[in-house]
Formats: sequence, C-alpha cells, structure tokens
Amino acid sequence: MYIIIVGGGKVGYYLGKSLLESGHEILVVEKNPNRANFLIDELGADHVWLGDGCDSSTFEQIGLNRADAVIAVTGDDEDNLVICLLAKQKFGVPRTIARINNPRNAKIFAHLGVDVTVSTTEVIEAQIQRALPIPSLVHLLALKRGGIELVEGRIAPGSPADGKRIRELGIPDDALVVMVVRDDQTIVPYGDTTLMAGDEILAVTSPQSKEVLKRIILGK
Amino acid sequence: MKILIVGCGRLGSYLALSFSREGHSVTVVDVDKEALASLGPDFQGETVVGKGIDEEVLRRAGIEQVDIFIAATGYDNTNIMASYVAKEIFKIKNVITRLDDPKKAEIFRSLGLNVISPITLAAEAIRKCAEGLLCTSLSSAEER
Repeated sequence: MYIIIVGGGKVGYYLGKSLLESGHEILVVEKNPNRANFLIDELGADHVWLGDGCDSSTFEQIGLNRADAVIAVTGDDEDNLVICLLAKQKFGVPRTIARINNPRNAKIFAHLGVDVTVSTTEVIEAQIQRALPIPSLVHLLALKRGGIELVEGRIAPGSPADGKRIRELGIPDDALVVMVVRDDQTIVPYGDTTLMAGDEILAVTSPQSKEVLKRIILGK
Repeated sequence: MKILIVGCGRLGSYLALSFSREGHSVTVVDVDKEALASLGPDFQGETVVGKGIDEEVLRRAGIEQVDIFIAATGYDNTNIMASYVAKEIFKIKNVITRLDDPKKAEIFRSLGLNVISPITLAAEAIRKCAEGLLCTSLSSAEER
C-alpha cells in the first residue's frame, strides 16, 4: 500500500517507521526543515517530503491521487481536517485517517466523511481505564459518519449478561457483540453463545445504544 | 441581525465594529483576550475567549441563534473547520469563510463553502486600477 503520513512529529515518525518495516510504501510530509532532516536520517530520503501538507500543490507534487491512504497526524485538529478533506474530496483517496486532539471534534470529522479518527486523549484515557480495576466500557475506535463505535468491556458478576445467552439480553439492533475472549480462548459469538462473568467482549454500537450495552455488560 | 464573527484580527475587528455601529447584535470569538480588548469601548457587542472551532465555545457565543456566521481568522484551516462546524453541526444557513490561499479558496468554494478570498479581491482591484493607468497613458500617448 502507498500510505502518506502528514506530520512528522513523534506519532508520524513512529507510525512511518513501523509501516515501513511491515513493507508498505510510505511518505512522511513535514514542513519544518530541521525535523525533516531528522526524518531523512532515520527513514531515508525517499520516504520524507519537506513541504506543507495543507497545501494542495504539495499534494499534486507527491502524487496524492495514487495513495491508498492518507493519515493526518499533526498536532492541530483543523489542519488534520483540511488534509483529510483535500485528500478525500479533491484527490479521491479511498481511506483517510485523522488524529484528533479534542475528542469533541470527532463528530465533525465523521460528518464530513473522514473514515477513521483516533483521539489521542481518548486512547490514553482508555489505556489508563484498562489498567485500573474499575469496570467500564472502553471506547476503542470511532468509524465513519459518526455512526459506529468499537468498544471493549468485561462482563461484571451479577450483571444482566452474566450466565445468559446473547439473544436473551435485549441488545438493541444497532449494537452487536463481535468477539468474546474467555481465558485464552477467542470466541466469535452468535445468538446462542452464553456469556459469563469475566468474559472480555468487543462490540460495535451506535452512540445511542452504548448506555444500554453498558448496563447489560456492567449491570449499571 | 445577529452576527457571530470568529477571529478578531484586522478583518474581524473591522467587521465587528462596523456591524455593531449599524446596530446589529455582534459576538466576536478569539483565542486571544488582548485582541478582543482591542475592540475598545465603542464596541457594543459581546466577546468570548476560546477556539472558534470548538462546539462548546461556539455554543457559549450563542451560535444557535445567529443569522450570519463569519470565519475571519488569519488561518485558513481554522476558518474552514469553524465554517463546517457552523454549517453541519449548527445548521447555520449563512456562513462566510475567509480564505487567504487562492487555491484553497477555489477548492473549498467547489465543495460548497461561501468563500471570500481577500488576496484574489485585492489582486483584481489592483489589476483594474493598473489597467486604468495603462489606458490613460496609452490615450495620452495617442494625443501627443
């Protein structure tokens, strides 16, 4: 895949490095000459472009129209939005992914057709929530058009889900349990799968049904 | 009319003062408190400190009741995002977006924003002025 990363800060650099190691063709766009020099030393001159990623002439020069994905990871949400909009609307890039710093901005990104947003604030919060022994439904990912979220949670003892089959739980139509991890075993569940306290589940849900799902899984 | 202006630089403050003088109800949003203070005692409207792309800030600035929303900061991308938030989330019908980069102006105009490009406008005005001078010098050359 040809992947363009805009923003060569810490996130852009490590992302570029790991995508490069997994064999993808990548180009990191960075506007600060000093930072670009560092990136050239680390990633090689073929994988770095010195220029402004919000400028449409940069996009023409780097052949954005043949990119399979554009990932905008600058520190400014407004820049990331414009990068993804240009990529998607002007150059027809099939997949656009944006880092957002203010979780509140997720809505407008999704509304304007940015495929995936990753909120650094929420990711850190989620990691910490997982490390704490507090039962919760952790937000993992928001998908296109504000519609769907991927969430993770652990079935609490005595919750409505404990010991019941999935079809009996009254899970709303716009939510679905897609994976159950029990001990070291991964189960792809269907209606007859019985959930047990301690099961880790992965579910997709609309924002509206998240609370219902939370009550079923956590019992509160 | 209720008018909300994001950005209190030269353009934003000029607009704020002139609309306010004409009796419109004006609110100005800017991240910089000093910039808002520079409106002076003549300004009759409201000011809100915060980022104009932030829904909460815009709500505090009363965006839900405005007739006209103007994104006039010196940063094109901020103006683009603020305009989309106003248009798509708050469903404001009259949204005006300042974009300095003529290329971006063209692209986002085609994507449905109501774009004003100060650079293009100034360039056109200067061209007209220069053409006038060229014509005068031509005709005076003919007279001689």
